[in-house]
Amino acid sequence: MQLRKAKFEYLLRMGDNALILGQRLAEWLGHGPQLEEDIASANVSLDLLGQARLWLTHAGKVEGRGRDEDALAFRRDQHELRNCTMVELPNGMRSERDYAFTIVRRMLFDAYQRVLLAQLARSADAEIAAIAVKSGKENDYHWRHSSDWTIRFGDGTEESHRRAQAALDELWRYSAELFVCDPIDRAAAEARLAPAAESLREAWRAEVEPVIAQATLTRPADAKFLSSGKRGAHSEHLGTMLAEMQFLQRAYPNARW
Amino acid sequence: MSEKEWPLWEVFIRSKQGLDHKHCGSLHAADAEMAVRMARDVYTRRNEGVSIWVVPSAAISASDPGDREAFVEPMADKIYRHPTFYELPDEVKHM
Repeated sequence: MQLRKAKFEYLLRMGDNALILGQRLAEWLGHGPQLEEDIASANVSLDLLGQARLWLTHAGKVEGRGRDEDALAFRRDQHELRNCTMVELPNGMRSERDYAFTIVRRMLFDAYQRVLLAQLARSADAEIAAIAVKSGKENDYHWRHSSDWTIRFGDGTEESHRRAQAALDELWRYSAELFVCDPIDRAAAEARLAPAAESLREAWRAEVEPVIAQATLTRPADAKFLSSGKRGAHSEHLGTMLAEMQFLQRAYPNARW
Repeated sequence: MSEKEWPLWEVFIRSKQGLDHKHCGSLHAADAEMAVRMARDVYTRRNEGVSIWVVPSAAISASDPGDREAFVEPMADKIYRHPTFYELPDEVKHM
């Protein structure tokens, strides 16, 4: 695969993960279980959107067709988005909003970002390395927050434990996608832009498993299911989310205010 | 649903090394570790500080505003307690 295309696709994956998860977390605004957690969700969401801006801007430059961060964020269709499926899932599977589900999803993803960004900080591309270093500082806090809450929910009341376990059982199968190496991952790894996807699995487990244990939760068994968001084949949830997210830009293109 | 409300904590932030912690508000949290983390989220969004202290509100003893007559007013007319009668020569600046 041509390197420029692989690099562009890889950067889209990074940017779209941040963009879509940031958008999901923003759905908690005004609905948080506690005022402080409402603000925390907003903070994390804004951090992720800031990261998305950096990744997508860099992607647009690499592509070289004049698309900026806004064009990439708001005018690509579902099949062109490259986020992993885990981040596009709604904030609760059984109900519209479930904070345990949101937290456990974040914990799994934050751990992934943690091990990935640490490696990306050594990318052969200076811009990627710089973005990774900056994002890593924010991610450090996100990880502490979500892992701490996972432990509190798991090792908490009967209800919080039940919800956290249900969330973990639901979400675990979506993690497999993160560590599958496809031609884009391989090209990025060969060019020393990014670590090989499957090389992160052990490090990720080493982060996630102690948290699960301390939360007195049970780690689900690995399944054969493989989600495919990073290849552009998304779940039924992304479309409705994009309709809301992209409506304004598509209805009033290049609006300024 | 538990009836227990999380305890209240008072938050103090130091904006720069060398200055003092200033009280900036309060929040509810389950324990000290959570209180510090939440204070970071709620009270340092605009880069307000480098150091966060949290204290359980129950640990703070405060004067009663109703004691103004005994506690505060007698201080108003004792100028001999203020070091304001020295004349500093110009050579001694920034004292």
